[in-house]
Amino acid sequence: MSRLGHVSPGLRSRAARAMAVRAGQGRFVLQVCAGCSVATYPPRDRCPQCWGELRWADQPHTAVLLAETTVRATTDNFYREHLPWRIGTVQLDAGPTAVAHLHSDVAVGDQVRMRLVLDRGGNPAMFALPLKETPHMQDDPQLRVFTSAPKHRRVLVTDGRTKLGQEVAYALLEAGASTVFLGNSDRLLRYDGEDQIASTPHVDVVPLDLTDNRSVSELGGLLGGRVDIIVNTAGYVRPGGVSVGSRLATLQTAMDVNASGLMRLAQAFCPAMGARSDDGVNSASAFVDINFVYAMTGNAGFAGFSASAAARQSLIAGLRGEMTSVGIRVASVLCGPIDDEWHQAVPLPKVAPSRIAKAVVQALQDGLEEAYVGDIAEDLAKRWRQDPLLTMREENL
Amino acid sequence: MSNSGSLCMQMVAALVSGKLKCVDLTNTLSPDFPVIVLPAEFGQCAPFRVETLSRYDENGPAWYWNNITMNEHTGTHFDAPAHWVTGKDLPDNTVDAVPVSDFVAPAVVVDISAEAGADADFVLTRAYLEDWEARNGKIPTRHWVALRTDWYKRVGTPDYLNFKKDGAHSPGPDAGAMEFLVHERDCIGLAVETVGTDAGQASHFNPPLPAHSILHGNGRYGLQCLTNLDKLPTFGAMIVAAPLKIEGGSGSPLRVFALFDAE
Repeated sequence: MSRLGHVSPGLRSRAARAMAVRAGQGRFVLQVCAGCSVATYPPRDRCPQCWGELRWADQPHTAVLLAETTVRATTDNFYREHLPWRIGTVQLDAGPTAVAHLHSDVAVGDQVRMRLVLDRGGNPAMFALPLKETPHMQDDPQLRVFTSAPKHRRVLVTDGRTKLGQEVAYALLEAGASTVFLGNSDRLLRYDGEDQIASTPHVDVVPLDLTDNRSVSELGGLLGGRVDIIVNTAGYVRPGGVSVGSRLATLQTAMDVNASGLMRLAQAFCPAMGARSDDGVNSASAFVDINFVYAMTGNAGFAGFSASAAARQSLIAGLRGEMTSVGIRVASVLCGPIDDEWHQAVPLPKVAPSRIAKAVVQALQDGLEEAYVGDIAEDLAKRWRQDPLLTMREENL
Repeated sequence: MSNSGSLCMQMVAALVSGKLKCVDLTNTLSPDFPVIVLPAEFGQCAPFRVETLSRYDENGPAWYWNNITMNEHTGTHFDAPAHWVTGKDLPDNTVDAVPVSDFVAPAVVVDISAEAGADADFVLTRAYLEDWEARNGKIPTRHWVALRTDWYKRVGTPDYLNFKKDGAHSPGPDAGAMEFLVHERDCIGLAVETVGTDAGQASHFNPPLPAHSILHGNGRYGLQCLTNLDKLPTFGAMIVAAPLKIEGGSGSPLRVFALFDAE
């Protein structure tokens, strides 16, 4: 029988949750006191030195490993299944000391590279990696607990008819995925790149149309128990406004593919994935959704599509809650206009499908919950963090 | 008083006894059934979709039912004159207004299956029809002209829509054939097994899309995505094809069947 996907307790302080958000973005942050400028760890509500206000700030992610120990017994259901487990104390270059999970290639006295990771229950934790890449570094069993590395895993890519879906499939194989199940929504109509992708070793083209309940549930029945990662590359993009320049039927199709499609996918696959979140080397691990960054703001010229992206982003937030409770990472890879036929009128810069594919693999390898790809998305995210309402206004007026 | 002598009761008796044969000409409405594909910048025909509301479960313990969505031209369907710009100003040109008597009509089957099998782009011409009449007899008035292509046997394969780099490839009539059938044979409509009454490449014909243009411009109808036309006799079948009564509708999926003498 599969090992149950135990997760660590999720009851954490608001400060710890704030740290989790940043960990999910791949940032290495600590709270720094606005009064005395001292960085502190673990997360707190006030500065332990001067009672001052704490603010999150990116920090140098280097440290020295001071001491280590191996845990051989625990009452925690999750770690009981993963013993023995190495942890250690690190002296962060940013100031504080911290207890960290250890990569097998680090030893006491080493300079280490720190990463803020999320555990299977979505809690932030420190992880100490070798300063420089070591052979098969990604295969470390303790590291794999915190990441969703595609290596050895079977991945479902939902739409392989597009350049994006095909690039994602190639990138996953390059990263060591054992099989890519590649969705094809219409087996009667050919598509660009079909011959090459269909004849690629370890690619298995499967019928999947996210707008068709039956198609999704049938594939869920076939693959639900053996898909370790889902990358949702399906999307329906059309230009158009709200009051002018668009048709309701276009909006409805966008909603059907982008929002309802995600829901169908989640219902058909996620319960089975959740049951396998701690199932050995190729455990079920992550659900990645490639979405449009204008989900956060709306966008003049793509209003309907942005609305469907916003609905999709909202569903992803809900799914993250459900899946974190069973140990599956849910990630959003948000991009700006893709360099495709539906963005011909959009000025550069546009993001290449191959770049998005790389970001998907990176997000999986780093165990992220959120990644922004390309100049447009990165810029928007930066502005949005500073002033969300201003950013909405900038994108629409 | 018994009414067994009425025409209607005689027909019922013939159906019951098997003297009248009934053949289904309808493809099953399923999410897999292909719809016509237009260039991407145009609005696209919605395929058939079904979402279960309840199936003897917590949403309805004793009953099973589905919400369905589709286009008016999805699956085996009826084209009303208003479907085409040429028929937009005709009276009674939508499915709710078409006289109900037009939903029951005789059919003549023109078998072009050999030609279509040899050439997917086979074009039905006036000359072909005149030659056909010389061999089979005159096409009677107010008949469905049913084009047997055996295309229905391709359903479920890429060869049904038969898309190539330059578009779809399937047989259909040219303008001369349509003018002949509509004006000189007064057909009630054209009934085909392909996804449209026009040939796959008919947007390149001159004039383009002659079947749609000429049929609907003259108040005639189209039936598409039929099956089993090879089961019908050349003459003597009656087609029942009653579209849904959609207010102002341009067409409708429907159940089509044919009745004909068993011998």
